[in-house]
Amino acid sequence: MEMICIVCPNGCRLEVTGTGDDITVTGALCPKGVDFAHTELTAPLRSLTSTVATAFPLVPRLPVKTRGEIPKGKMHEAMAQIRAVRVTKPVKVGDVILADVFGTDIIATGNAGEVAA
Amino acid sequence: MPNSAAEKYDVLVLGAGPGGLAAAVSAHENGARVLLVERERKLGGILKQCVHDGFGLMRFKERLTGTEYAQREIDRFHALNIDVVTESFVVDIQPTDGTYLVTTQSAAGMCRYECKAIILACGCRERTSRQVFIHGDRPAGIFSAGTAQYFVNIQGKMPTKKCVILGSGDIGLIMARRLTLEGAEVVGVYEIKDAPAGLSRNISQCLNDFDIPLHLSTTVTEVFGQERVEAVAVEQVDKNFQPIPGTRQVIDCDALILSVGLLPEIELPNMLALPIDPATKGPVVDQTMMTKAAGVFACGNVLHVNDLADWVSVSGEAAGRSAAAYCTAPRTWNDNATALQYERGDFLYALPQYFDPTASEPLTLYFRSREDVAGKRVTLDLGGEKAAFSKKYRRLIPSEMEAVTVKEAASGTVYQLTMHN
Repeated sequence: MEMICIVCPNGCRLEVTGTGDDITVTGALCPKGVDFAHTELTAPLRSLTSTVATAFPLVPRLPVKTRGEIPKGKMHEAMAQIRAVRVTKPVKVGDVILADVFGTDIIATGNAGEVAA
Repeated sequence: MPNSAAEKYDVLVLGAGPGGLAAAVSAHENGARVLLVERERKLGGILKQCVHDGFGLMRFKERLTGTEYAQREIDRFHALNIDVVTESFVVDIQPTDGTYLVTTQSAAGMCRYECKAIILACGCRERTSRQVFIHGDRPAGIFSAGTAQYFVNIQGKMPTKKCVILGSGDIGLIMARRLTLEGAEVVGVYEIKDAPAGLSRNISQCLNDFDIPLHLSTTVTEVFGQERVEAVAVEQVDKNFQPIPGTRQVIDCDALILSVGLLPEIELPNMLALPIDPATKGPVVDQTMMTKAAGVFACGNVLHVNDLADWVSVSGEAAGRSAAAYCTAPRTWNDNATALQYERGDFLYALPQYFDPTASEPLTLYFRSREDVAGKRVTLDLGGEKAAFSKKYRRLIPSEMEAVTVKEAASGTVYQLTMHN
């Protein structure tokens, strides 16, 4: 079967043959593509990016992301948790906004509040 | 015109997106006194609203979101204490005796700056609904993908509950996913051409992951609704983009989102009457990123629309280096610079458009193929005994830009890019 590697913008076209653990992956420019194909066929993962509400009038939304990846099927559930958050204290890139969401943290990908300048 | 004396700088950088930030840092590090001018309140340009990831793999060897990439560039810029003015809009640029007089408008009034060199880093703009031919009413609810992105990511407001996306550019694909995650229904993405415009990975992770259909060779032909979009008509098209009778379908929706391409923002290049390349739609430059106006440099998306911010930063650094060098050793445009030759049938575009053999900057050449081709060799002849560059590409597609850096000096009597078997 054919799949597109989504690890980086190269978007390698992977050709996958075999079944289960015994698969062969061709077409990847780097080893990450081979790992991607294995994960994609067993337990696909995705990183999730979004925004959360803030109490700061000049920066009403704070961009966030999952630090690692979460199961592909859990994106909508993770979004429901993200939507419930409202940031009231100043935060900067990398701060944890929501801990332990499907095995990873939701972290800030921007600054907001006093350090927003 | 204000009466106050103009403040003097070596280099004025116009625009504080990734190109302008990199250019300002690079010009500063190469000894120039720099002022960065930005029309918005915050630095970062369009990256401020790019909350999605896939940025920085080349520049930082990490997968960052657009906002993280911007913050790193902003932090680096501020650490160097380079002068910056925000909420300032350039209204006039006058060449004077070997310098430029730049007038800006801001809430504080008009300001004048005198500088030796200018770096244009004003980015690109989205094509609007007026630039694509759509019949029907002009109700509320027709947005460019970038406008929808601004509403959702910066303001936290949903511009639609159920929408159709016209055009398969990357921002449209990214917004299809973003709107779906925020609870909207994206009925489908409609692309007039027979191949998607965006990156393959975005088709996969933004559409396929969310079961959003992509309809190729199909376009929106009519918009319905008086106050607000109520529906759109879509039709399949033939090879000449003419609607095929009997394929018309009316889709109920409250918004039509356009992702129909980006164009360099050439308002300032036009103000300076700079020659524009019809292929890139940006100003013509040599390998130092200098335009045909001596001392005016350009970088990033104003030159041509890049698909990675990383390349925008690379060209910003080159422009910054060159502008700083120009301030200590001014030069004029070399009328003997060699014009780039290539077959329009093979390449959508290639730049820099000129190679100046007397300039010391190494050449980084950017190109896009016109067609989706496999196993083709691309060769660059710079007049040396050997080709300056030659590589067989497994695959070349128009939506994915290629870049080539040539470090070795060459005579530059020839500057020709060819595609062959």
